[in-house]
Amino acid sequence: MEILVCARRVPDTSENEIELNAAGNDLERDELVYSVNEPDNYAVEEALQIRDRVGGNVTVVTIGGEDDEEILRRELAMGANQAVLISDDAFSGSDGKGIATTLKGFVQKGHYDLILTGVQADDGAAQVGGMLAAMLDYPFASLVNSISVEDGKLKVGREIEGGNREMNEIDLPCVLSIQTGINEPRYVGMRGIRQVASVPIPTLGASDIGVDEAAVGEAAAKVKRVDYFVPALSKGAEMLHGSREENADKVLELVAAKGGLK
Amino acid sequence: MVGNYSPAQITDWLVPGRNLFLTIHVLGVACFVYIVAKRLVPLIRAQRDFRLDHPLTRLAKVFKFWLGQWKHPRYRFAGTLHIVIFAGFILLALRAFSVLAVGTEHFALPGLNGRVGHLYDIITDYAATVVFLCMVVATLRRLVLRPARYAVPAKYGKDHTADAVFLLNLIAILMVADSLFAASKAAGHAQQGQPVESLAVLSLPWLLQIAIGSMSLATLWILNVTAYLVHELAFYFLLCYRPFGIQFHVETSLFSIYFAKLERGTLKPVRWGVPDEHLDQVKSFGVKTFEDFTWKHMLDFYSCADCGRCADNCPANAVGRPLAPRFITIKARDYAFQHYPVLGKSNNSKPLIGTIYSEDEIWSCTTCGACEEECPLLIEYIDKIVDLRRGMIDDGNVPQSLQKPLKALESRGNPYGKMEKKKADWAKAPEFQKTCGVKILDKKNAADTLYFVDSITSYDDRMQSIGRSTAKILDHIGENFGILGAAEKDSGHEVRRFGEEMLFMALRDHNTDAIKASGVQRIVTADPHAYNALKHDYKDVPPVEHISQVIAREVKAGNIEFNPVGNKDSVYTYHDPCYLGRHNQIYDEPRSVLDAIPGLKRVEMKRSRDRSFCCGGGGLMLFYEPKEEQRMGVLRVRMAAEAGANVIVTACPFCMVNIEDAIKVAGLEGKMSAVDLTELVDQNIVRQGRPETSETPKVETANFGG
Repeated sequence: MEILVCARRVPDTSENEIELNAAGNDLERDELVYSVNEPDNYAVEEALQIRDRVGGNVTVVTIGGEDDEEILRRELAMGANQAVLISDDAFSGSDGKGIATTLKGFVQKGHYDLILTGVQADDGAAQVGGMLAAMLDYPFASLVNSISVEDGKLKVGREIEGGNREMNEIDLPCVLSIQTGINEPRYVGMRGIRQVASVPIPTLGASDIGVDEAAVGEAAAKVKRVDYFVPALSKGAEMLHGSREENADKVLELVAAKGGLK
Repeated sequence: MVGNYSPAQITDWLVPGRNLFLTIHVLGVACFVYIVAKRLVPLIRAQRDFRLDHPLTRLAKVFKFWLGQWKHPRYRFAGTLHIVIFAGFILLALRAFSVLAVGTEHFALPGLNGRVGHLYDIITDYAATVVFLCMVVATLRRLVLRPARYAVPAKYGKDHTADAVFLLNLIAILMVADSLFAASKAAGHAQQGQPVESLAVLSLPWLLQIAIGSMSLATLWILNVTAYLVHELAFYFLLCYRPFGIQFHVETSLFSIYFAKLERGTLKPVRWGVPDEHLDQVKSFGVKTFEDFTWKHMLDFYSCADCGRCADNCPANAVGRPLAPRFITIKARDYAFQHYPVLGKSNNSKPLIGTIYSEDEIWSCTTCGACEEECPLLIEYIDKIVDLRRGMIDDGNVPQSLQKPLKALESRGNPYGKMEKKKADWAKAPEFQKTCGVKILDKKNAADTLYFVDSITSYDDRMQSIGRSTAKILDHIGENFGILGAAEKDSGHEVRRFGEEMLFMALRDHNTDAIKASGVQRIVTADPHAYNALKHDYKDVPPVEHISQVIAREVKAGNIEFNPVGNKDSVYTYHDPCYLGRHNQIYDEPRSVLDAIPGLKRVEMKRSRDRSFCCGGGGLMLFYEPKEEQRMGVLRVRMAAEAGANVIVTACPFCMVNIEDAIKVAGLEGKMSAVDLTELVDQNIVRQGRPETSETPKVETANFGG
């Protein structure tokens, strides 16, 4: 099975203190460290596991600049067969639709049976997977937390609010957005990354993948960020000041009152 | 055969059996050589291990730990029993060989004839008797007393009692046969009026001689030949059976101890003989299959006597984690026997994780070293555990709980993912800054001494107090010191012990460069893990001391004086951190500091010094989510309560995390407290002409009054 995983590099929320820049329209990016968007990493792991079960290839693609190559190296070290960087000034400032348009161009240059995305990026809006599927006219399943391969089809599961599970059959080729928890991604250490340091990563521009520059980028974006801020802390915390036993009883009471205990 | 032969001389009694005896000798020796050769096959396929250096040090180890049985009395009854049996075996060794030789020709060991020989006979008569009695006691102990540490939990296989008792009884039979052989000969001599060398009074041969003395000469002859045959068969059976189980240590222990690891606190390299810069060319890291173990580690598997002392002292085992060092060895030995059988072909190697070991088993170890400290045969565990972890890391097989801190260590240089620029924030607390300035070493600021703070003390709100107390102590004794600040990354001590060698090397190289660039003459740290890393894992850095050593020295020199302890009801106990105590033998300095504080009442926990009980482990172990029934720290806190203490003093920030948590979990809040040695010193130090600046609230040690 030929599998494509769309991944993104994001500031790692667990390793940064996210602050706004002076202009108030973006993060202060000077001292940020980045990593692969967490759900995307689960998607890569799932792709590798499917490949190891049924054979095939795993390609990881990202849209960005030179710096974004670091996550592709990491996914290569995990075991992806190849990685591609899509990079062009024309893409900068794209909205979700612009990103989906770019990916669509890349997908149509190859032959993929299965396309995986993370359920959403840490700073994203969970829209690219669905748009990409629509543009390709492929079936789409979101929030996937289990995949089994059947003859020409997949059986995919997702969790329904309240803890129930639903299983769906989906025809190939298709696009799936992958939920964290679907697997336990393998660890990639420095050694693994060093071992793939010399693997070439092709860079493709808009013209290479047949994307019309007018359909992507800031100019084409119809969704524009107008503000970005840290919400003011509101009152909502109730401090308990009793003894440990009293507090424990109070907590139980509160949780029960909110329907948390049955 | 015996019936048709009438010997004129009793010395010829064995003549008619000579061909049989000789055949058994040849077969027995051949079998043994064959079995041992087969046992050596995996060792030849194993990884390299450099163990031929320092022959004199190694010989000294043999004298102390093999001949001297140094570790045995740590378990008084079993240990004494073993020392007696071992001494008996050593004494009987010559006798056994001369008895074996006697069957094929007239034989007396050179130097062991005449009076010396007789003396030797008397001694060995008693030795055989004592060994026999020990076997009876040991058998009863196994069958009746059944010490808990010999039990085999169902998940680790079948009970070993039957095998142990079988072996004990074989030795007992050997002793009886040996004694009967001597007794029947002596009885025969006496009946024929030949000169008799008296047997040792009240010894087994002596008693047997009395019992059979009135039997006919023919019966005695039959007894003599039978005893000889039984002795010979039992001897060779034992010799050839030992390589199949726990008694192989009789042969291998000498080698295991000679080749034992010499330096504490160190770890084996990824591959012996491969320098760091060539590690990229190594195809696979760590131990994944049995053949990835070094030959010495395989020898360890053969040498284990299944005494259970390691597991009995293992904190992971004590709290119900799925790890017992004993079974790391036993399972590997069973694997070796199964895959390298004496008869038949050796099998292909399979991954060990998922077959004989589980992932949780290998991650459960805190590398506290209690098992290694206890093992009478000096079997190594930490290197094996770390090698198995290196294998899992290399395969990407790492729990999610550890992946985040490892990733943060890679990108930020600390497991918490905190910003580098905040590394020195602990020194910027306003109250502290007023009394004690801490230099950050760079091109403009130089110092003689580097205080290496390490991640937890830099970033953890509670542990920052240890950093401030350490700085104030260094300031008080007039040390010209500074810190690296943002340029200091995690020492990587746990990174290495969790098997991430390449990440450790990156951290080490970064810190080494930063330390060298700072131009300091020496390093001080209050974190035993950093201390151990800088001392043993780093190369080419200035000498390093733990703060407890510095304080002890300054107290002795009169540069630090203490006010009397605040609360007279406080009873202190000192908890030895594993990487200060067992791994670096620093036991006395912290205690001497405590004892220098006037009025301080100090008690020892039952488990202290080299038997200290790990509080739960440091570094990455704080992130790992073990499967356990209770916390190590809770057990440790209860031990302190049992000793009558209400303040636990430690000298390690990780111990502080674990012990303070455990006090809460054990429900001892208000009754028990924990304090770091530096905090206690800082609180009680006499500062002439300076204001009292002790910042840790006195309530920590003072306000609960038993």
